[in-house]
Amino acid sequence: MSYMRKPKIVHPGLKKNALGLTRRDYEGAMSTLCAGCGHDSITAGIIQACFELSVEPHRVAKVSGIGCSSKTPAYFLSASHGFNAVHGRMPAVATGANAANPDLYYIGVSGDGDSLSIGLGQFCHAMRRNLDMLYIIENNGVYGLTKGQFSASADVGTKAKKGETNEQPPIDPVLTALALGSTFVARSFSGDKEQLVPLIKAGLKHKGFALIDVLSPCVTFNDHEDSTKSYAFTRQHYHPALEADFVQPADEIMADYDAGAAIEIDLHDGSRIMLRKTAPDYDAQNRGLAFAYIKDKLRLGEYLTGLLFVDEDGRDMHAVNQTVSQPLNSLDWDAVCPGSSAMPGILSRYS
Amino acid sequence: MSKPQAAERINDFVIKLANVNGTGSASANSLLMKSIFRMGVPVVGKNFFPSNIQGLPTWYEIRLSRDGHISRSGDVDIMVAMNAETYGRDLAEVSPGGVLIYDSTWPRSQELIREDVTILGMPLAKMCNENFDGVRGRILMKNVAYVGALVALLNIELDIIKDLLSETFSSKPRLAEANMKAIQLGYDYALEHFQCPLPLRVSRMDKTAGHIMIDGNSAAALGCLYAGATVGAWYPITPSTSLMDAFRTFCDQYRTDEETGERRFCVVQAEDELAAIGMVLGANWMGARAFTPTSGPGVSLMSEFIGYGYYAEVPAVIFDVQRVGPSTGMPTRTQQCDILLAAYCSHGDTRHPVLFPADPHECFEMAVKAFDLAERLQTPVFVLSDLDIGMNDWMCPKLEWDDAYRWDRGKVLGREELEKMDHFWRYHDADGDGIPYRTLPGVHPRGAYFTRGSGHNARGAYTEDSDEYREVMDRLTRKFATAAELVPGPVTIGNGRSDAAVLSVGSCDGAVREALSILSAEGVNLSYMRVRAFPFSAEVQAFLDRHERVFVVEQNRDAQLRTLLIAETRVDPGKLVPVLHYDGLPIGSDCVVGAIREAMATGAAA
Ligand SMILES: Cc1ncc(C[n+]2csc(CCOP(=O)(O)OP(=O)(O)O)c2C)c(N)n1
Ligand code: SF4
Ligand SMILES: [Mg+2]
Repeated sequence: MSYMRKPKIVHPGLKKNALGLTRRDYEGAMSTLCAGCGHDSITAGIIQACFELSVEPHRVAKVSGIGCSSKTPAYFLSASHGFNAVHGRMPAVATGANAANPDLYYIGVSGDGDSLSIGLGQFCHAMRRNLDMLYIIENNGVYGLTKGQFSASADVGTKAKKGETNEQPPIDPVLTALALGSTFVARSFSGDKEQLVPLIKAGLKHKGFALIDVLSPCVTFNDHEDSTKSYAFTRQHYHPALEADFVQPADEIMADYDAGAAIEIDLHDGSRIMLRKTAPDYDAQNRGLAFAYIKDKLRLGEYLTGLLFVDEDGRDMHAVNQTVSQPLNSLDWDAVCPGSSAMPGILSRYS
Repeated sequence: MSKPQAAERINDFVIKLANVNGTGSASANSLLMKSIFRMGVPVVGKNFFPSNIQGLPTWYEIRLSRDGHISRSGDVDIMVAMNAETYGRDLAEVSPGGVLIYDSTWPRSQELIREDVTILGMPLAKMCNENFDGVRGRILMKNVAYVGALVALLNIELDIIKDLLSETFSSKPRLAEANMKAIQLGYDYALEHFQCPLPLRVSRMDKTAGHIMIDGNSAAALGCLYAGATVGAWYPITPSTSLMDAFRTFCDQYRTDEETGERRFCVVQAEDELAAIGMVLGANWMGARAFTPTSGPGVSLMSEFIGYGYYAEVPAVIFDVQRVGPSTGMPTRTQQCDILLAAYCSHGDTRHPVLFPADPHECFEMAVKAFDLAERLQTPVFVLSDLDIGMNDWMCPKLEWDDAYRWDRGKVLGREELEKMDHFWRYHDADGDGIPYRTLPGVHPRGAYFTRGSGHNARGAYTEDSDEYREVMDRLTRKFATAAELVPGPVTIGNGRSDAAVLSVGSCDGAVREALSILSAEGVNLSYMRVRAFPFSAEVQAFLDRHERVFVVEQNRDAQLRTLLIAETRVDPGKLVPVLHYDGLPIGSDCVVGAIREAMATGAAA
C-alpha cells in the first residue's frame, strides 16, 4: 500500500548535501513494483542524482503517463508535485506546465509502451519543441502493467515469455530522438548506476529536451532466455560509447582526465559534462555521424550506451516563443489585463 | 413587361449575395453590411460557406431589421447572383416582388426568367476587365463593384463607404483607391441604368449607437485576454480556429513588450486535440489560466483527459464552437449538437459545468466567467458556442470592462498558509461546499501531492478502498451542487400564461424572441426562459414546475437539451415538447412560430 509512508528516521550520521538535506529527503512512497524490477533501480538513480545536485525537492515537477514505469514518480521526491497523466500523454502535460512555469526542473518518466506506441506522437512533438525537461523511458520491451504484451521497442526475434516471437522491427527511441532533433540523447541500463546517475544529472541541467532511454528489465514478463531486454542479454550486449561525468560548477575537475582524451561541454548554469571516449571514432556532437555509428553497431547486435549526442545551443520552446523570463503563472493582474482604457481602441475595428 | 410594383420597404428586408468561394467576396460583403450598420440600421449577417478553399458556392445574407430582430427571416428580397452555377436556385429563392442583380457580361439562359422579380443585369466582369489589371484584381473588384451598385440602389451614403475603405486600408492607400474606383464604377452604372433608389432601401436611423458588429470567436478571445489567460493550446478546426487567431492578435498588441518583443503569453499549436487539452491541464496545474478552443471532433478526442480533469480536479476552459455532426459532419454549418457531449464528457461518472452564450456579448462575458468558475470549482468548464455565434458578425452592445474586477483564483494555498499547517490533504472537504484546497507546484514542499486519475482518497493518496473512493466521488457530487449556485442563472422574459411556455438555449435566442413577438401579436403570450448554464439552477426547476407545457427549442435532432432537463431536474418528460431545427443553417423564427402555432392549435393547452 503506497500510502503507508515509511517513517523517516534520520540518523545523525547521514550525509547531508548543500541544502542540509539527506538522501532520505529525496525518497518517495514505498515502491509497489515487483522485486527486482529494473524501474526501481532508476528510481534510486533519480534520488541519488537529485540529492547530489542539491536540488530543492519542491522545485521539481514530476510527470508521467501510465504503466509500471509511470507509477514510479510516486516513489521518489515526495516533496515534489507530481502529475500522473493518462496513458501516453505526459509530454502534453509537461508542455503546458513548462509553458506556465519553466523555472522548475521537469522529470518525465515513461515506458516504452507509453512513449513508443500510444504516446509516440506526443513524444516526438515534445522533442520537436525542444521542451526543457528530462525525459526518461524505462524500456523493458513489454507492457508490464497489462501483463507482458510486446511493446514497440521489442527487437526482431525476441521471444515472449509464452514463446511467441516478435517479427516487427522496433522503434528505437535513441535513433528517433536523433532524427527528430532532440538536443540531448542518451542510453543507459538500470543496472549501471555509475553510468546512469551522471546522465540524469546532466539531463536535468541540460537546457532543452534530454532523453535517456534506460534499458530496464521486467523481471516478471521479459527477463527470460531469448529475450533481448533481459538482465543477462543487456550485460552482454550494451556497451558504453563514451563515459560522461557531470561536474558541478563548484567542483574541481578531477585530475584523472588525460589531456585531450576528455571533451568538455559547458552547460547553461556553469556546470560541465566531461566526455571520455571509449570508442575512439565516436563524435557525440555530430548528429549525423552519431546516428550512423549507432545504427551500424545495432546492425551488429551491439547497443551503444552513454551520452550519445548533446547540443547545448538549441533554442527551447520559450526561446522560440520569446516568452518573458518571469513565469507566466506568476504574472500580476496588471501585466495580463489591458483594463477598460484599452477597450475603445480594441472596439474601434468593430464599429 | 409589367412587374408587380414592390411596396416601399425601408430598413426591413434581406439581401443575399451568391458567390463562388475564394474570390474575395467576403470582404466586399462585410463592407456592405458595415455601411448599413453605420447608417444606424440594425443588421444581421450570416455567412453560408462551404468546407472548401476555392471554387464552391458560398452565400452571404444580410438582414436589415429596423425592429432589431437578430435571427434569419427566411425571405430573400434582393439577390446578387454572382455564381452562374447556382443562378437557377438563387433566382427561385427570391420572394415575389423582389430584385435580382446579375453579371450580364455573359447572356443568361432564357429559361431562367421570373415575371414577379425585377431582374437587373450589369456587365460587371466587362467593366472590371476594362478598368483593372491582373486576373486576381479583376475578380476581387467585381465584388466591390456590385457593392457600389447596391449603394446607389439602396441609397446608402457614399461617404460612409469611403470612410470604411480608408479605415480598412489605412496602411495601403493604393488598395483603398482601387476599391473606391470599383465602388464608383458600380455606383455610376446603377445610377445611369436603373431606377435608383429601389422601393426597398436604407434610410438613416439611430439604432446602432452604442453597438458593435463582432463575431463570437473574437469576443471570446477578448474575454480570454481580459480574464488573464496566459497559455492557449489548440489544434486548428473549423469553426473555432478564428478564436485562437484573434487571441494571438490581441496578445501581440496587449501582451507583448514593445521594446524587447517579449511575450506575456504562450500559444502552442498542439499536435492534436489530445495534446491540446493535456497542455491546458498542465498549465492550469501550474496555476496559469489556460484554455483551448475546439469543436465537436476535438472534444471527442479530448474526452479521456477531460474526465481526468474532473476526477483529479484540475481547472481547464474549453471553448466548443459547435458545428454539424455526427463525425466530420458539415464543418461549416451550425448546430447545438454537443450539449450532452459537453455535459457528460468522458467515461465514468463525470459532469461538467457548461456555459451557453447566446451571442458574442455573452461569449465575452462567459469567457471571463469560465476561468473564474474553472479555478473556483477546480474542474474543466465548457463554453458551448456555435458556428453561427462564433463566425458571424453580430450586432451587440459595446463590450465593457469593469476595472474593479479581479480574477477569482479559487482555493489555492500559498506559501505562508502552508508554512503554518502541519499537513496538507488535497481532497479534503474543509469547508463543506465540496471544493477542496489546492496547491501549486514549486511553492512549498508541504504542498506537494501526486495528481492522479487513478483512485485516490481525501488525503490525495492512491487507493483501491471502496469507502475512500466513494468519499471522494460523493464530495464531487456536492461540488457539482455548489456549481449550480455559481454558474450564470437563466434569463426569463414575460409573465405569460401558465399552460405553456418556451425554454431555449444559446443562439436560438433571436429566433425565439422574434417568434414570441409574432405570436404575441396573434394574442398568444408565452413566457420564455433561456438557460445559460449547466448545472441548472433552482430557477430552472421552478420555471418547469410553473408551466403545464414547455416548448424546448434547440438546434439538434435528438432534443439534447430536453434530455438533459429530464435527466437533471424533476420535470415530467411529457411536459417538454421538442421544437427542433437541425439542417445546419441558423434557426429562424418561422420554425419556432410554426411548431408552436400547430401545437397550440391541436394541443389541450390551446
Ligand atoms: C487509453 C488506455 N489504453 C490502455 C491502457 C492500459 N495500459 C496500461 S499500462 C499499458 C502499457 C504500459 O506499458 P509501458 O509504458 O511499457 O510501461 P511498463 O508497464 O512496461 O513499465 C497499457 C496498455 C490504459 N491505461 N489507457
Ligand atoms: S511487471 Fe515488470 S515492469 Fe511491471 S513492476 Fe513487475 S517487473 Fe516491473
Ligand atoms: Mg514497458
